[in-house]
Amino acid sequence: MELFVFLVSGGICLGGALGAVGFRNPVHNALSLVATLFGIAVLFIAQEADFLAAVQVLVYAGAIVVLFLFVIMLLGVDKAESLEAEPIAGQSPLAGLVGVGIAGLGLLVLLAGGDGITGRVNSANNRTTDRAQVDQLADLLFTDYVFAFEITAALLTIAVVGAVMLTLRPPGDSDDMIDLEEPVTDFAPAGHVAESGDGDETEVEA
Amino acid sequence: MEITSTWYLVLSALLFAVGATGLLVRRNPLVMFMCVELMLNAVNLTFVTFSRAMNDVKGEVVVFFVLVVAAAEVVIGLGIIVAIFRNRDGATADDLSLLRG
Repeated sequence: MELFVFLVSGGICLGGALGAVGFRNPVHNALSLVATLFGIAVLFIAQEADFLAAVQVLVYAGAIVVLFLFVIMLLGVDKAESLEAEPIAGQSPLAGLVGVGIAGLGLLVLLAGGDGITGRVNSANNRTTDRAQVDQLADLLFTDYVFAFEITAALLTIAVVGAVMLTLRPPGDSDDMIDLEEPVTDFAPAGHVAESGDGDETEVEA
Repeated sequence: MEITSTWYLVLSALLFAVGATGLLVRRNPLVMFMCVELMLNAVNLTFVTFSRAMNDVKGEVVVFFVLVVAAAEVVIGLGIIVAIFRNRDGATADDLSLLRG
């Protein structure tokens, strides 16, 4: 059973990853990324990390990818990018070489390095299937790692403030923003107000 | 056939390599960001696998923090990308040489 789950979701992961890298349209990249993230969430569940799977779907597939898609739509950069153009000669082959090297060295260590994971298995036995994963995670998070948790809160707040600051414009600079001070009169569809003169604005508001 | 931790580790090594290759090959900053997310997820999978193999919840705590940092990183990164794209149309990562001396 676990073999089946692993093969299916692992295949989805790898296929999505290849799509996220290979597709030319950023929207397709983002959607492939969703497939990979869902596959990893399934693999989390297969390894009894239920809470992390839920958070993975909520935060990654729900928030981060939506943010990506939002930016893609906002900027209108959903144009295909030519993958052939190479500003640095031989960049793609070198990058492929690096990728094969990373994968090959990792696989070499994993597959030729003896019998799997070495190291001391935790004898305190603090990861059980008797209790919910959320409980065990929360026990650690709010005791040993509570300071890191607090810093996380500060980090998120700073990130939000920073994002707002980054998108702020200096006052007076309003090239493509709707100026809220200016009364907007052309919300009606074209033609509705086309022939009306200056004094004929009431038709628009009706 | 039994699934051991090695299978999960092999899969995450492959995912990481794909993400790293994409980061090097692609020139669209948004797609490069997605590749970074891919690499982060591969490492998260490794952490969860080791957490189960070592019978230790601490690996999952690390994944939790990685998720938070990834969320903050995406917010700031996309903010920077929006700020850059607003001034220059269709920029790729190669055009971003504003800080060159």
